[in-house]
Amino acid sequence: MSIPATEGAPQAVRPRQAGYRGTKVRRQRVRAAWTFLTPMLFALALVAGWPLLRTFYFSFTDASLSDTTSALFIGFENYLVYDDGAWYGLLTDPIWWRSVWNTLFFSVVSVSLEVVFGIIVALLLNAEFKGRMLVRAAVLIPWAIPTIVSAKMWAWMLNDQFGIINHLLMALGIIDSPIPWTASATYSMWAVIMVDVWKTIPFVALLVLAALQMLPKDCYEAAEVDGIHPVKVFFRVTLPLITPALLVAVIFRLLDALRVFDVIYVLTSNSTSTMTMSIYARQQLVEFQDVGYGSAASTLLFLIIALVTVLYLYLGRRQLGVDQ
Amino acid sequence: MASVTLEKINKVFGSTHIIKDVDLSVGEGEFVVFVGPSGCGKSTLLRLIAGLESITGGELRIGEQVVNDLPPRERGVGMVFQSYALYPHMTVYENMAFGLKLAKTAKETIEERVMATARILQLEELLHRKPKELSGGQRQRVAMGRAMAREPRILLFDEPLSNLDASLRVQMRNEIARLHHRLGSTMVYVTHDQVEAMTLADKIVVLRDGRVEQVGSPHTLYQQPATKFVAGFIGSPTMNFMPAELIDGSAEGCRVRAPGLGELALPQSTDGQRSGAGLTLGVRPEHLRLAEAEGDNSFEIANVEYLGNEVYVYLEPKAGDTLLIHRSEAPSRWKIGQRVALVPDLDHVHLFDGDDKALAIAKQSQAA
Repeated sequence: MSIPATEGAPQAVRPRQAGYRGTKVRRQRVRAAWTFLTPMLFALALVAGWPLLRTFYFSFTDASLSDTTSALFIGFENYLVYDDGAWYGLLTDPIWWRSVWNTLFFSVVSVSLEVVFGIIVALLLNAEFKGRMLVRAAVLIPWAIPTIVSAKMWAWMLNDQFGIINHLLMALGIIDSPIPWTASATYSMWAVIMVDVWKTIPFVALLVLAALQMLPKDCYEAAEVDGIHPVKVFFRVTLPLITPALLVAVIFRLLDALRVFDVIYVLTSNSTSTMTMSIYARQQLVEFQDVGYGSAASTLLFLIIALVTVLYLYLGRRQLGVDQ
Repeated sequence: MASVTLEKINKVFGSTHIIKDVDLSVGEGEFVVFVGPSGCGKSTLLRLIAGLESITGGELRIGEQVVNDLPPRERGVGMVFQSYALYPHMTVYENMAFGLKLAKTAKETIEERVMATARILQLEELLHRKPKELSGGQRQRVAMGRAMAREPRILLFDEPLSNLDASLRVQMRNEIARLHHRLGSTMVYVTHDQVEAMTLADKIVVLRDGRVEQVGSPHTLYQQPATKFVAGFIGSPTMNFMPAELIDGSAEGCRVRAPGLGELALPQSTDGQRSGAGLTLGVRPEHLRLAEAEGDNSFEIANVEYLGNEVYVYLEPKAGDTLLIHRSEAPSRWKIGQRVALVPDLDHVHLFDGDDKALAIAKQSQAA
């Protein structure tokens, strides 16, 4: 079809002029978006951005807690420095690397256990039984107690002399002598993992329960008619369908676990066998007053968590709907 | 393929008696439709056959086997659900292959069967799509395909078309009918839509309050409804009902008087009815004729609906407040507000007694 040039030209131009991008409505929406976003961005810059940048900055100085104003810029010396025939700095500190390992181990093991038990608890709560509402409320209790309180509570229960756990285990004849749960290098990591798992199962269970209740009920009847074993239905139907919710639960828990501080600090203090990156940074920063070195540890902690998060989001991008 | 036999089936949920003494037999290759208003127990009855609900009392046989206590998978049934119940995370192919795969069927057999089913239902193009990428009609076909791929002995349908829009429903109804014709498998179908029941069924089971009201071919149900309920439920627009009084009657026929119609001589046998007994007279809209009003026996036209091929004339009733309907081919000369006389076709008038049971036509007039 041939259109005369005089008629064709305005037609070609018009869509651009009247396009969505340039309309009044569009401009109004953009303005509204910025109006709502600005206070949030401002608050974030103030409480997250600024401290983060300060930490980055301090990690390149020799600042001390007693006097941060006269800090001198020393480059990467807090991280790595060659002096007098030997390497020094955070990257050469075996206790730092032990903390990194402890953190990763703690995170992976506790989050895995929480997910498995969380799903089991959610499946139980999803079943129909009398007093279900009561049990649902009761399950939430560990999550509702402040971590400091529950950690202290467990510290007493796990106490090697007077703790009820040792008492019970000995009464049952499972152990002969009291175990120093929080003091021994062998048991302390598992003790803190257990307490963390106990505390956070309700969180995972609740998220999974919400996902379970969204599932189409009729699919299960279809599976029943199709003669599919309930266990297989769980792995082939339920699990794939709750995976997005599960991945969200995991990222929440992973971010929490990677910066874990309170539960471990209350239970085992500065013990190196359970020391995490946060505890290491705090120790350098507060106890040893070395703000520069502590900031370097905090910066690395930030980078490691960021790396894990990016990796996780990348691997789970399809299920999380990130790229949609 | 198999037959299904229900004997004195009962189902009680808590304190509610849902299914009451249902006796029924579904022949091999038969298409049986359960129809009734919502809450009549038709879906429950289907779920009892499927094994999704337990039977409280009675005996259910599929083929020769008593299946009361068998789980669904051992009954050899396939079911199509109202909401399709497709697995949202699987493709069409996976949905159809899932049951077979977990039954440890050989891979080649699975592929063969799924492809054959897909061909019948014209799903070949859609095999790699997920349910959310399909239209309602396509999902419906996948749901049928999934039920069929396992080659069940009986196919059960639970209101499969009620989530579709009107035109698609007509189209899918047609496809199901053709499918049954081609496969020849035993099908039990639940619907609340009497048009679906009439068009699909070899045999219709009308249910009401958990009891079987009448079982018969669509033709029987339309021509010889056993009760007033069936008469009113089957047919659209619905049958007109008018109160009538028995003047006198015998085994050979009777005379009744109905307000607005005057005296009518009908072929029904009224054995056991006293003169003066209150009856209900039923006439389908197409079995009425309108004539110029004369005397007292006239009705006022309340509304005229023109549908293109036919015309519905609504008349003010003499008793009750349900308008009477007259149906005829278009065009029609009748106008709102006119008064007309109603002339029923006496061979197609139904009479119901005080218990709403239909009175049978007397023997000799039937022969004549």
